Amino acid sequence: MLTLENIHTHYGKIEALHGVSVEINEGEIVSLIGANGAGKTTLLMTVCGDPQASSGRVIFRGEDITHKSTSEIMRSGIAIVPEGRRVFSGLTVEENLHMGGFFQDKDTNRKTQDYVFDLFPRLKERRSQRAGTMSGGEQQMLAIGRALMTRPKMIILDEPSLGLAPIIIRQIFDIIGSLRDEGMTVFLVEQNAKQALKLADRGYVLETGRIRLQDTGANLLANEDVQKAYLGG
Amino acid sequence: MVAQNIKHALFCAVITLIISYPILGLDLIAEGIQIKLSGADTSTYIGIAAAVLIVFLFQLFRPAITGSLSAIGAANPLRDRKPLPQDKRVRLERAALILIVIGALLWPFFASRGSVDLATLVLIYIMLGLGLNVVVGLAGLLDLGYVAFYAVGAYTFALLSQYYDISFWVALPLGALLAAAFGFLLGFPVLRLRGDYLAIVTLGFGEIIRILLNNLTSLTGGPNGVGGIPDPTLFGMEFGRRIKTEGNTSFHEVFNIPYNSDHKVIFLYLIALLLAVVTLVVIRRLVRMPVGRSWEALREDEIAARSLGMSRTGVKLSAFTIGAFFAGFAGTVFASKQGFISPESFVFLESAIILAIVVLGGMGSQLGVILAAIAVTVLPELAREFSEYRMLIFGAAMVLMMIWRPQGLLPMSRVHIQLKQE
Repeated sequence: MLTLENIHTHYGKIEALHGVSVEINEGEIVSLIGANGAGKTTLLMTVCGDPQASSGRVIFRGEDITHKSTSEIMRSGIAIVPEGRRVFSGLTVEENLHMGGFFQDKDTNRKTQDYVFDLFPRLKERRSQRAGTMSGGEQQMLAIGRALMTRPKMIILDEPSLGLAPIIIRQIFDIIGSLRDEGMTVFLVEQNAKQALKLADRGYVLETGRIRLQDTGANLLANEDVQKAYLGG
Repeated sequence: MVAQNIKHALFCAVITLIISYPILGLDLIAEGIQIKLSGADTSTYIGIAAAVLIVFLFQLFRPAITGSLSAIGAANPLRDRKPLPQDKRVRLERAALILIVIGALLWPFFASRGSVDLATLVLIYIMLGLGLNVVVGLAGLLDLGYVAFYAVGAYTFALLSQYYDISFWVALPLGALLAAAFGFLLGFPVLRLRGDYLAIVTLGFGEIIRILLNNLTSLTGGPNGVGGIPDPTLFGMEFGRRIKTEGNTSFHEVFNIPYNSDHKVIFLYLIALLLAVVTLVVIRRLVRMPVGRSWEALREDEIAARSLGMSRTGVKLSAFTIGAFFAGFAGTVFASKQGFISPESFVFLESAIILAIVVLGGMGSQLGVILAAIAVTVLPELAREFSEYRMLIFGAAMVLMMIWRPQGLLPMSRVHIQLKQE
């Protein structure tokens, strides 16, 4: 579904990604783990076209999107849940979802909204509450719901567990699992390596701008180097 | 605690003395070629002493005073009032706006010429406030050079009428479109900027336009300005005593009524009213349309807005362009009202006043902007005796507003949009 071929990305003169290749197939969860500064967010932003890759290709559903503008990419079936949730805090839950469905027609939005409310009953309870007054976990649900409103083929999650209580993290990861079960392709970028790998079909380990390891989630979990470096084992 | 209070109060009193004595208590008198230093008269010394004493006492008993002030605030019955339900509030605001418009339509026929003239100015400021409200209040882009678009509108009409004899009604859309084009142009360099940086660039843009107008002497007449700007006509009827353009008729002759110079003032007022209402209605519609919602998304969170596929370029450019368009409207009316314009009418202070209108009214709130435009324009006229202290009072009012109503006179009440349930 999404293929990154030998991506190099620069910030000014500094190269942040040194030839990264990632392959995500339809209907699977792929986790990308790595330490701070490894280039995880840069990789995501390259997929979104800001900054654009200086060499290499990004191919989404057979189409080269390397040099498309961010807004074009975001409308072509990729949705991203940005790091730190970034809900529209002054808007109500329903309005946030509505913003997600900005480019969809009303009927579609009504259907997707019902779907999101089924997925997150909590959001339905709080539909007319201001997003900024909700807890971190609820905001994360809203951010995912808002991304789903764009009717994506693939959803990218940047650190969905950031700053959340363990029990909420489990809930969020359960939901991500159920999204996959419904056929959604998920690209999960996490520092919380253990849970991300447990959930993932396949995983990549990114280190200082290079892919160090790639394997199935379970194999990576069992890998000694990964355990030492990321799992505190 | 008490000792500390006394120390603090003493300190403040000494500062007051140090500042006020040399300024008020000493006079320089020129005697021939010599300058003599002399003391002021006794009453000034008493005044200074009184001021020092007041500062001392105020600082000494400050906790008690601020405590009683907040008690007054607590007694305000409106303080704990619950917000109205949304549909009721929307209806109330609409009713208020309709009442204002109807009142404004009838009013000039009873009012004096001077007040109608002033009201025209108020309407121009309402247009400017509503336009800037799009950029600052709705899209969240701080624009300190908004007066540039106003100037573009005014100069478009002035120059077109001077060189090509173009009438008000033709110049009106041209001025607005040209201003919009300038807004579009300004949009490009500032696409990547936000907050303070955006404010500085827009400030610079405002100055560039003014300085250009000042120095392109061959085209704009420079500091001498452009005069002889024609009045608007009503279907080819002129409002002057004698017809200026051939082929036109004269209003008082067509209707066979005695000539009255008030007709022209009232007519101009009605044009301004019409345009202000157009501005109001168009922007009210836009807010509810996708473009308005995208402005809101951009203001709330740019990254989130972009993650949903909104184009930063498109959203920002549309806000700048539409805001500038209405400034062009206002500029054309202004040029026509004054009959003469020069770069002096478009200094930074104008931008600041328009921005003050938006902030005082409550960012994003249209009714608030209208009330603030009235207040900012009419109050200085009423308080003519204090004209020397105009900016002082203005500043004090701003400070007090920010303390008591930081959200503005009438904070923006967002319209909640819901999908209709089937």
